[in-house]
Amino acid sequence: MTATPTETSELTPLHALHLRLGARMAPFAGYDMPIQYPTGVLTEHLHTREKCGLFDVSHMGQAVLEGPNAAARLETLVPADIVGLAPGRTRYTQFLADDGGILDDLMVTRLPGEPESLYIVCNASMKAQDFALMREKLPDLRLDVLEDRALIAVQGPRAADVVEGLIPGAQNLVFMQGGDFEWRDSPLFVTRSGYTGEDGFEISLPASQAEAFAERLLAHPDCKPIGLGARDSLRLEAGLCLYGHDIDTSTDPIEAALQWSIGKRRRENGGFPGVARIQHALKDGAARVRIGLVLEGKQPAREGAEIATPGGEIVGKITSGGPAPSLGKPVAMGYVAREFSAAGTELAAIVRGKALPARVTKTPFVPNRYFKG
Amino acid sequence: MSTIRYTKDHEYIAVDGDIGTVGISDHAQHALGDVVFVELPAIGKKLAAGGEAAVVESVKAASEVYAPVAGEVVEVNAALEDTPATVNEDPLGAGWFMKIRIADKGALDGLMDEAAYKEFLKTLD
Repeated sequence: MTATPTETSELTPLHALHLRLGARMAPFAGYDMPIQYPTGVLTEHLHTREKCGLFDVSHMGQAVLEGPNAAARLETLVPADIVGLAPGRTRYTQFLADDGGILDDLMVTRLPGEPESLYIVCNASMKAQDFALMREKLPDLRLDVLEDRALIAVQGPRAADVVEGLIPGAQNLVFMQGGDFEWRDSPLFVTRSGYTGEDGFEISLPASQAEAFAERLLAHPDCKPIGLGARDSLRLEAGLCLYGHDIDTSTDPIEAALQWSIGKRRRENGGFPGVARIQHALKDGAARVRIGLVLEGKQPAREGAEIATPGGEIVGKITSGGPAPSLGKPVAMGYVAREFSAAGTELAAIVRGKALPARVTKTPFVPNRYFKG
Repeated sequence: MSTIRYTKDHEYIAVDGDIGTVGISDHAQHALGDVVFVELPAIGKKLAAGGEAAVVESVKAASEVYAPVAGEVVEVNAALEDTPATVNEDPLGAGWFMKIRIADKGALDGLMDEAAYKEFLKTLD
């Protein structure tokens, strides 16, 4: 249980701060990352929902893709409407394989003032592949990987107050909007977004400033450091997918219930990898779909557990699951055959041979509290 | 007065006569983090030494708890169903998992006493 960094683990610009804060560290996606701080996952989770949490997400990939028609060119790799993205606006999408499977999921922001430039944030575990994909498929564009920048997420109902104290004007951003700011003469790029279901910000800044900036945020009495353990339970409650678990190359965006992220024009005109499979699934429905489950009792069901009907027929599998600290009961996400996917359907999760009753439930499990202005 | 013995997997068994109270050590509860669920064995179940006796679940993962020695389950701590966090708060006291009737008390000699377990923990970091 005591994980030690492997010799190849990379360190984020906040690594020394995590150690000073007493974090329990473990290797994650090639980085030595804080899993939890001394107060523990449950406390961190609830603190983020009640006040404000600071997350080091500097391991994630950050890049700027720029050049003529950058948005239209990126649309050849992702199904979201990027061309229609206004300057300073952010959108969620997925890199797709030729068969429509998901290679990674990402956030794209059209930089304000530089309409041919797109700021991309993608998963740590997939960033090398994502960058190689863009370089291979979009050789006419320039990809600047932002190696020397940290990324700090500040999440929770008090996040706007905490951030506004350091970044005047940031509170004027609305959900899925980004803008340029400064702190101590250093450039910041701030988006109002996150991975918890709460209001919050993701702040990209020079690595050299990250520790001082994080310490200033943490000086606010409502802002506490939060590790990857609570990050995972928070995003699960928010019904958000974790790449490599809830989505991967074997799932397409329609099965994954991500059709909301595909704009109307793109559905009709296509022009992205796997368009035939996705248009077919949009028209006729996918054979299996991602659902949320709320379990009866207290015993959680984890990734890999089978999902059965009350009669014992196996109809799917859980891809993420665990206790939902804000609900006080276990929840899970997984895939089931479509006829069992309606909200309210009674199913069971099979854990160590025991059938735990569960009910199909719309996600998010905990209501989103995004700031929409 | 009971004597306590530990395994390398961080279970303890507190022995009183031929009954042993089994739980996880303070080190183990700390390493697991917040305990959210404990699955206990059925009373009457015969456990083999090193065999799976219970499952303890933290927010992040499920971990098996093994029987320190062979024996038959005679009592379980049903209070953990409602208050699993007791395992974190008082692992050696109110956070016990089960009581077993020890099949062969000689098997206890193969386990660590308090001092040996403390030395063992030092070798882990």
